[in-house]
Formats: sequence, structure tokens, C-alpha cells
Amino acid sequence: MTAQAVNKSAIGSTLVELKSISKHYRKGKEKVNVLNELNLTINRGDFLALMGPSGSGKTTLLNLLGGLDKPSSGELIIGGARLDQMSNSQLTRWRAQNVGFIFQFYNLMPVLTAEKNVELPLLLTNLSSAQRKKHVAAALSLVGLSERADHYPNELSGGQEQRVAIARALVSDPQILLCDEPTGDLDRTTADEILNLLQTLNQQQGKTIVMVTHDPRAADHAKTILNMDKGRLV
Amino acid sequence: MYYLYFIMKNLGRKKVRTILTCLSIVIAFLLFGLLRTLGSAFDQGAELAGEDRLVTINKITLIQPLPYNYLTKVKMLDTVAIATQSNWFGGYYQEPRNRFSQFAIEADDYFSIYEDLYSLPEDQMKAWKANRIGVVIGKALVDQYQWKIGDRIPLIGMFPQQGGNTTWEFEVSGIYEAKTKGAETNVMLMHYSYFDEARQYGKGTLGWMIIKVKDKNQSELVAKQVDALFANSAAETKTSSEKDFTKSFAKQFADIGFITSIILAAVFFTMLLVAGNTMTQSFRERIPELAVLKTLGFADATVMWLVLGEAIFLSVVGGLIGLLFAWLIVAGAADALAATLPGLMMTMDVLIQGLLFVILFGIVTGAIPAIQGLRLQIVTALRSRR
Ligand SMILES: Nc1ncnc2c1ncn2[C@@H]1O[C@H](COP(=O)(O)OP(=O)(O)OP(=O)(O)O)[C@@H](O)[C@H]1O
Ligand SMILES: [Mg+2]
Repeated sequence: MTAQAVNKSAIGSTLVELKSISKHYRKGKEKVNVLNELNLTINRGDFLALMGPSGSGKTTLLNLLGGLDKPSSGELIIGGARLDQMSNSQLTRWRAQNVGFIFQFYNLMPVLTAEKNVELPLLLTNLSSAQRKKHVAAALSLVGLSERADHYPNELSGGQEQRVAIARALVSDPQILLCDEPTGDLDRTTADEILNLLQTLNQQQGKTIVMVTHDPRAADHAKTILNMDKGRLV
Repeated sequence: MYYLYFIMKNLGRKKVRTILTCLSIVIAFLLFGLLRTLGSAFDQGAELAGEDRLVTINKITLIQPLPYNYLTKVKMLDTVAIATQSNWFGGYYQEPRNRFSQFAIEADDYFSIYEDLYSLPEDQMKAWKANRIGVVIGKALVDQYQWKIGDRIPLIGMFPQQGGNTTWEFEVSGIYEAKTKGAETNVMLMHYSYFDEARQYGKGTLGWMIIKVKDKNQSELVAKQVDALFANSAAETKTSSEKDFTKSFAKQFADIGFITSIILAAVFFTMLLVAGNTMTQSFRERIPELAVLKTLGFADATVMWLVLGEAIFLSVVGGLIGLLFAWLIVAGAADALAATLPGLMMTMDVLIQGLLFVILFGIVTGAIPAIQGLRLQIVTALRSRR
């Protein structure tokens, strides 16, 4: 698994830099300010938990970090790349190479087996079919689901589905993992397993993780906890 | 490869719906294959007609006869090689469904004007001319009714004989054959002399004239000459190439091409709605999934192609099955229909047209969801997930 090759000496250097980032939406004539002049630095190897009341802008911030959306103003630099200046297609390519997403509802393709789901991001690389298979197997074994490779999502438990989703997020060896309430739909025990897995990935693979959560116990697994309220960090 | 697999998997998600949609496409293209083949079978007769043959009909309509002496006048033109005439008998054998064409003609001139298309053995020609009620029939009729030389055939005609009887008795004197493939042999030919003498109404008239010009290049000129002869008379004429005539003759009964087009248009319109609806529905159900694909880094265009690919795939599968069935049915029915539509078969033209339509059908049904897929905004789509 290429994830092992992460340069651990780089840990601690700056990976993400937000300089007075604002985001607003227009609702007719009204301007809804969702993020206000946000400044934030995230170091390589960090495990950051983002907390805050509903509607405080956590998902919006995560979307910006993942290049799913563009800030209204401010500078957003990740791994030296100026995301705020990228075109949509540049962002698309950047996402494929640099970010892994993990959602609350797993968002797997129901018509594909676990294996095929994990393979999806690799279609965007130059890897041969055989090489892809190897990477997929490694990712599945990392999340402890090798035996379920040919199961369909509806044949898996929620926790197992989330593991597949994590394998899919990991398989193309991104710099940063973005998780939006990854345990929001799971019971305590399963949630703890997923959180331990994320923690392991952070500690052993050196993955930088940003995780949105409402759950203080989930946040305890992180290295850093940030609180948001009304579009600001508090 | 993976993409094709993915597309097929997505189609398999709602199997019943996919199969029903596919079936509707099968039916659309089955009808397409059948009707287009039928339409082109009618065209085929038209294309065979030689350019050096002209046909003169009454300017008002084909049904109106012309005075017989018109033929004498036309024969005197020195641009004309042969001129003869023909009449519509319009009879059927025993039951109205046993309808085929019968023409009342003059044997020698008729066969010499159609020398390139038909042949009749000399002895049979001789016997025919000696038999007042004699007829010659084509091979297709022989195959269909198993008639042979010497058979007596009563036909119910459109025109009564003197005394009002509509049953005409004929006797088979000969069997003519086609010299070129595709020349129709489903016509019965009777003596004009007998027909004209026996009929109650319209004596001394002819149905239409057939003219063979001396010089192919002068066809247009000759047509004008002929029509000029009878201008300002009680029965003005219209002369055109035999090709145009055959077509308008077919249109007398039904504008086949037009009717098939209308039916096909209706069928395709309905099937487009059905398939388009399926595609739109299956797209809607998958909006979050498509948004996830974009999140993972799949380009907008890739997502568009996945959606469009599904529509095209379904259309290709359904369309090919439909065309295959059409081909099988046409091949199976060709013999049975040889009398009415000789040389019936699904042509390459129809097949290629069908294949183009298959692709087009897929593109049209998938176009709207494909464009929506192209434009799908990740953030909004994921937000609507909840
Ligand atoms: N496309 C949009 N148009 C208008 N308003 C939006 C849009 N997207 C988000 N918002 C608003 O921005 C605010 C922040 O939304 P966001 O989803 O980031 O909150 P959140 O902190 O993730 O909340 P939750 O904990 O409930 O997930 C909300 O008030 C929301 O209504
Ligand atoms: Mg949220």
C-alpha cells in the first residue's frame, strides 16, 4: 500500500491554510453569510475534530477544504495549491488526487460490490486492472474487510459499509481525509471501531484528517478540537 | 470495460422496469423494420420501370378512361417506337380477399413493349391469341393459387358484362416469367378485345396508354408532344415516366410511404416518451450517487456519458432485437407474400437506417438526464440527500 510511503518527516508542516475565507449564498435578494473571515492552519498529520451547532457552517467549510465548492472570498491553500483560484475542472482533478471523502451515510454505489466500490477512484489513475486489484485488496485489508470484498452494500452492516467507504477514500492515497459525521448513523460500539480505525490511519499512515462531528466522545479521538458558531471559529 | 460493467449494473438495478422499457424499444424497432421493408417493397417496383417508357393517363384522374382513338394518334408520332394500352379490371377470385391485379391488354404490343421484363413461350402466346377468353398469368400467381394451363378461372369483376353479370370466366393459356429479378409476376393479362366487347359500360375506351420512345433522351419532349395532341379536347391527358406512374398507381389505393411514416412517427413518439421517462426516473433516483462520483473526481463529462451510455445501451439492445425479429418475420413471410409483394426482403438500406435510428433513439431518450448529469452541482445534490 502506497499510503505507507507517506513522508512522515513532513508531519507538522503546514498542509492547509485558510486566509480570511468567507462564504455566502444568495437566496433571492438576500445574502446569507455562512462563513465569516475564517483563518485557520492545519498541519500535516493532524486529526482535527470540527464541532458546533447545526447550521454553524461545518459542512460548508468541509466542502471548501475538499474542493467541492469555492469560497466567496479569501485565500485557500492546500499542499501549495491555490484552490480558490482553480477552475471547476482543475478542482475535479485535484480532488481525485488529494482528498478522500467519508460521509455520514457512506454513499456507496448500491449496484457495485465492496471491491468495485473501492476500485472506483482508481479508474481516474493510469493503473492497470491488475494493479488496481492489488491496491483495492490492500485498502480492504487495511480496514479489515478482505472477506467481504464481493458483498454488495445491502449485504453489509452500517459499520462495514463505512469501512468500505473509508477504504474507497484511502485507496488513491490522498493527503487528506475529510469526514462529515462519519459515525452519525452508527451505534456506540461500531462508532468506536470506526473512530479507532481513523485514529490508526492518522497515527500509522500519517493521514491528515478533518472530521465534523456532533459527538464529544467522537471528538475525543482527535488530536485537536475546533468549535464553530455562526460561521466563525470559537 | 469497467464503465460498461457499471452501466449494465445500473440498468440491472430495476430489472422489471428495464425489461419493460427494453421491450417497448424492441416493438418500436420491430415495427420500424417491418414497415420500412414494406414501404421499400412498394418503391422497388417503381425503380425498375425503364426511363424509355412513358404512361399517359387522363389528366383528371387515372380512373377516368380515354377514347380508344387516342392510341391511333399516338402511334402516328414518329418519335414513338411502340404504343399500347392497358385497362384495370379489378376483379377477385372467389372471395374479396383473393384480390390481385388483372389488366386487359393487346397481347403482341404489350409483350413487345415489356420485352425487357417479361417472356412468354411462343406456343403459349399463339394458343392465347387463339382463345378469346384466354389469359396469361405470372409465376407468382401460379405459386399462390396453383393454377395451371387449361384451368378455368371465374373472377368477380368490378365492371358488369352486358346483362349485368359481374362474373367473368377466363381460361389460362400461358404462364409468363420475369426476365429480371424483382419484376412483378402477380398480374393476370386478358384480351382487351374480349373485355371491351363484353363489358356493359365504357366501350371504346382505354385505361391508360404505355408508350416506348425511340430515343431515351427525348422522353420529356415526347411526353409534351402527346399531351399537346389532346390539349383542349374533352379528355386531356397527362404523360409521365412509367416510374412516376407506378408510384401514383400505388398511391391510388394508399400512400404506403406516408402511412408507414405516420405510424412509425406515432410509435416512436410514444416509445420515446416511455424510454425517456424511464431514463429520467432512473436518473433522479441516482442523483446522490452521481454527485458522489463527481466528489471522487469523476469529470462532469464522464458522468454525462454514464447516463447517456445507459440510454444508448438499452436502445442498442432493444433495437437490435427488434430489427432481428423484423428480419426473421420478413424472411418467413416473403414466400407467402410473393404474389402481392415480390422480392420482399429487408434491405441493407433499411438495416442501416434502423441502426442509425437505434443510436439516435438512445441519444434522444438520454439527452435530458445526461445534460442534467453534466450540470449536477455536488454540494446541492449532496445536501438534498437528507
Ligand atoms: N446552497 C445553499 N443555499 C443557501 N443556504 C445554504 C446553502 N448551503 C448551506 N446553506 C446554509 O448555510 C448554513 C450552514 O450550513 P452547513 O450545512 O454548513 O451547516 P452544518 O454546520 O454542517 O450543520 P449540520 O450540523 O446540521 O450539518 C445553514 O444555515 C444553511 O442553511
Ligand atoms: Mg453538516
